[in-house]
Formats: sequence, C-alpha cells, structure tokens
Amino acid sequence: MSDLLKIADKSYRSRLLVGTGKYKDFAETRAAIDASGAEIITVAIRRTNIGQTAGEPSLLDFLPPEEFTYLPNTAGCYTADDAVRTLRLARELLDGHKLVKLEVLGDPNTLYPNMIETIAAAKTLVKDGFDVMVYCSDDPIIAKQLEEIGCCAVMPLASLIGSGMGILNPWNLQIIIENAKIPVLVDAGVGTASDAAIAMELGCQGVLMNTAIAAARNPVLMAGAMKKAVEAGREAYLAGRMPKKLYSASPSSPTTGLIA
Amino acid sequence: MQLTINGKPRSFEVDSFSVAQLVRHLELTGKRLAIERNGEIVPRSQFDQTQLADGDKLEIVGAVGGG
Repeated sequence: MSDLLKIADKSYRSRLLVGTGKYKDFAETRAAIDASGAEIITVAIRRTNIGQTAGEPSLLDFLPPEEFTYLPNTAGCYTADDAVRTLRLARELLDGHKLVKLEVLGDPNTLYPNMIETIAAAKTLVKDGFDVMVYCSDDPIIAKQLEEIGCCAVMPLASLIGSGMGILNPWNLQIIIENAKIPVLVDAGVGTASDAAIAMELGCQGVLMNTAIAAARNPVLMAGAMKKAVEAGREAYLAGRMPKKLYSASPSSPTTGLIA
Repeated sequence: MQLTINGKPRSFEVDSFSVAQLVRHLELTGKRLAIERNGEIVPRSQFDQTQLADGDKLEIVGAVGGG
C-alpha cells in the first residue's frame, strides 16, 4: 500500500521529520537520523565561524543535501523581518530551495510562538515563492488563517519546544485536522514514542521532533522507536479504531459450547 | 578598508576587494555559505563582480544543526 506524505507537490515515504540539533557529534546525528528513517531534516542558519573552521567537518558533510530534503528553519527569530531575512539567506545557501520551516518565537523562556509576527512573515514568504511549513500555536482559527495565506503545511505544537510534555490539547488538534485541507503535522513537545503514535492516531499527517530523540539516553534507539511509533499510529488511524465503550456485552470468545 | 563581518569589525590592507576575494582570504572557499551585504543577499554567481566598499556590513552564514 502506498501511503505517501505529500507536501508542496512532493511525496515522502516517511512521516517522521527530525531536527539535527543537540546531538553529541555529527556521527551520532547521522546514526539517529538513519535510524529514524526521516527524509526531511531541519537545519538552522547561523553565522559561519571565521578563521577557525578550515578543515573542520560541517553538518553538510555528514548529511549531504543530495540525500535528504533540507528544511531550513528560523529558530531564534523573534520578528517577522528576521525570519524572512533568515529564509532568504537559506534559499541562497541551498541553491534556490523553496521548502522552509517558519517559526517566530515570542518569549525566550517558553519559546511559545508569536502568531502575529508569524502570520506577517508567512504572507511575505508565500508571496516571495517559498513553500512554507509553519510552526504555530494549536489555535484552530490561526491554523486556518495560515492555510488561507497559502502555507503548505501547518505544524501546531503538542506542547512547548523541548518540554517533552506530549500532546496537551488533543481536542484542539482534532479540530485543526478536521478543518484543514493542507497537511497538519505536530511539531514540538513530543517526549516519547507513545506521544508520536497518539499524534498520528489523531490524524496528523506527520510529526516533527528533535529533542525527544537527541535528549534520549540512547538517541539512536529512540529514533528507531519514533519511526515505529509514527508508522503504527498512522496505520491505526487508517485502520479506524473500534469505538470506545464503558463496557461491552459482546465477549471475543463464543458464548455457546461452554462445558456444563 | 574596514568591514564588519558577522558583527565584528575587521581591517584589510587593501582599498578594494571582491566578495570572491574575501571568501578566499577568509579560507572559506568551497564551503557552502550565503552572504548578505548591507542587508542584501549577494548571489553566489555574483561573488566575482561584487566589489566591497569601506564600511560594508557582511553576514556570512551556513547551515548548522537545529530543530
């Protein structure tokens, strides 16, 4: 059965998107990403170290852009202008690459998104020809507005970035998913495999995570667990779960032929 | 010539410099990077013909691990 994730006219086999930050070294980053099976990986755009980098390996040596779909992000941006500027640099850096992750933060402690700035940046980026996957609050009205602006995917938080608290408001997520005509992915807050499975069972098209894998005691093992969880959750969603009942008068074993 | 590169002032004992020459001087040749000059992106295809001027502010960025 081919069940592909479609984002901006491109199809992907993996519904798990992963970040590349917080790993011990590039070798561990690579091993974890291989175990996750992810095809789309996020990267940050930062100033190059001048004068001390000759010969030093870079992330791109371990994760060649030919092998993966890079998703440059705007992590650390607090204004629409900074986010747009960062992604224009990313597009130049990655030879005209259009698929980007927009996030505009509102507060350095919680890393909660600033949706007013995010919406402003999304409008500019869409006009500028970017395919915008947008990190957002789990507000169904905001999610719909981002879709109407022309974003190619909305990515509401499960809980705060790096918190590992899991899905705090499955009801809002469900409303967002029901109303959306573009892919909805959970981004941020996933802590362990069951969180990812629940997101997929709710009908999310995918899950994006970084810390849940990188901050596990064994990141490579957790990456494999996340891959299975996303697949299991997706299959459970497609299979259609049985209805929940408080109790059932219908046992699984025959009620006849019992010994007397 | 005085330039500000990634927020730090740097002096060069030449009057003019192309972006391509600067990249070579900083030993960044072959590295995947993007450059912004006074807030405007300099496309890689124009590194050779873009001349820097005294007081220019440059941002030189690359991709790093992130979520």
